[in-house]
Amino acid sequence: MSDFDRTAEYVSHHSEEEGKAMRKTIWVIFWVLLGITTVEVSLGLVWKDLGLAWAFVKWTFIILTLVKAYYIVAYYMHLKHEYKNFIYAVALPYIVLVLYLIVMMLTEAIYVHDIHDIM
Amino acid sequence: MAGHSPSVDSKKLWGGGSSPFNVSYGKIMMWFFLVSDAFSFSGLLISYGFMRHRFEDIWPVAEDVFTHFPFLHGDHPLLYVALMTFILIMSSVTMVLAVEAGHRMDRSGVIKWMAWTIVGGLIFVGSQAWEWYHFIHGTELGALQLADGTITQWVSDAKDTLLLPNGIEVAGAEAATMIKEGTEVYGANLTVNEYGLPTFGDFFFFITGFHGTHVFSGVVLNFIIFVNVLKGTYEKRGHYEMVEKVGLYWHFVDLVWVFVFTFFYLV
Repeated sequence: MSDFDRTAEYVSHHSEEEGKAMRKTIWVIFWVLLGITTVEVSLGLVWKDLGLAWAFVKWTFIILTLVKAYYIVAYYMHLKHEYKNFIYAVALPYIVLVLYLIVMMLTEAIYVHDIHDIM
Repeated sequence: MAGHSPSVDSKKLWGGGSSPFNVSYGKIMMWFFLVSDAFSFSGLLISYGFMRHRFEDIWPVAEDVFTHFPFLHGDHPLLYVALMTFILIMSSVTMVLAVEAGHRMDRSGVIKWMAWTIVGGLIFVGSQAWEWYHFIHGTELGALQLADGTITQWVSDAKDTLLLPNGIEVAGAEAATMIKEGTEVYGANLTVNEYGLPTFGDFFFFITGFHGTHVFSGVVLNFIIFVNVLKGTYEKRGHYEMVEKVGLYWHFVDLVWVFVFTFFYLV
């Protein structure tokens, strides 16, 4: 190992008992993710037969997707357990810029759609 | 000079010693790479959203496009992609279990779970190839592209009545002229798409292709680390952080699929 590599200072090891608890969390999150996916797919297959409003179904899909994303990033990618500053450094620039882009692009898209409809 | 202001508490400045985030250099860089990669995927998905809202009335319905399931006849919309999603979630679980085993320096555990992760990744790439094959190949019936480029669907196997994108059916002599001047198309490529707008096909190929490339490179990276684990490289090093780093990449690939699944197949 080179003198410059200080990775070992930051690596966390854990015991058998801690490992047991972590594996339990991992499987709980797995069932959550699987459950959400099952709900999404079933909803996709039956929403027309149930006569649900598309807007409601669409937003349900989007919210469930964000919940899934949260669990993957927070628990599987372990971001929840990093330092607060690091969480902000990773998440904030992304969230702010992407929200901005979504609002801009979709507003424009609807506008372009509408003026073509009129002409 | 502002830089020499005596009011700055030198204890708050980082002198280049320990990481202020308590995370190693390699892991920080992996995270920042993933953020930039997330921007690429967001850019692609948001431009997909733009086109979709722009052509809201004539955008193909995903349910009508992805209806095939291997070895099963009939329409099974969503089920095949649901299975693909399940496989990728499963391989995310095995990956995080490999990372967990690494924290306990359990070499055989890391070997077992990484092997399963690689298998899951390969099945996913294979499924995607199969789906691409069907999308390119198209249906037996095909569709009719009118002289002006509009895609219309056949109402029945007889191929004498047309369904326009705006929902109007055309039959009789009018349809006969359209059929004479139009061309029959089957499947999808970058310029023609029997299911509707060619733009839909372009986005499908580009976004799932870009994601598939990530899955493939993820499998390659996992395999390289897997070989190192077998060779005992990390046992000697005293920690399995490399497994954690490829793990981050692998979870990211799963994360992107969660969004592709929603915006391509569900909404």
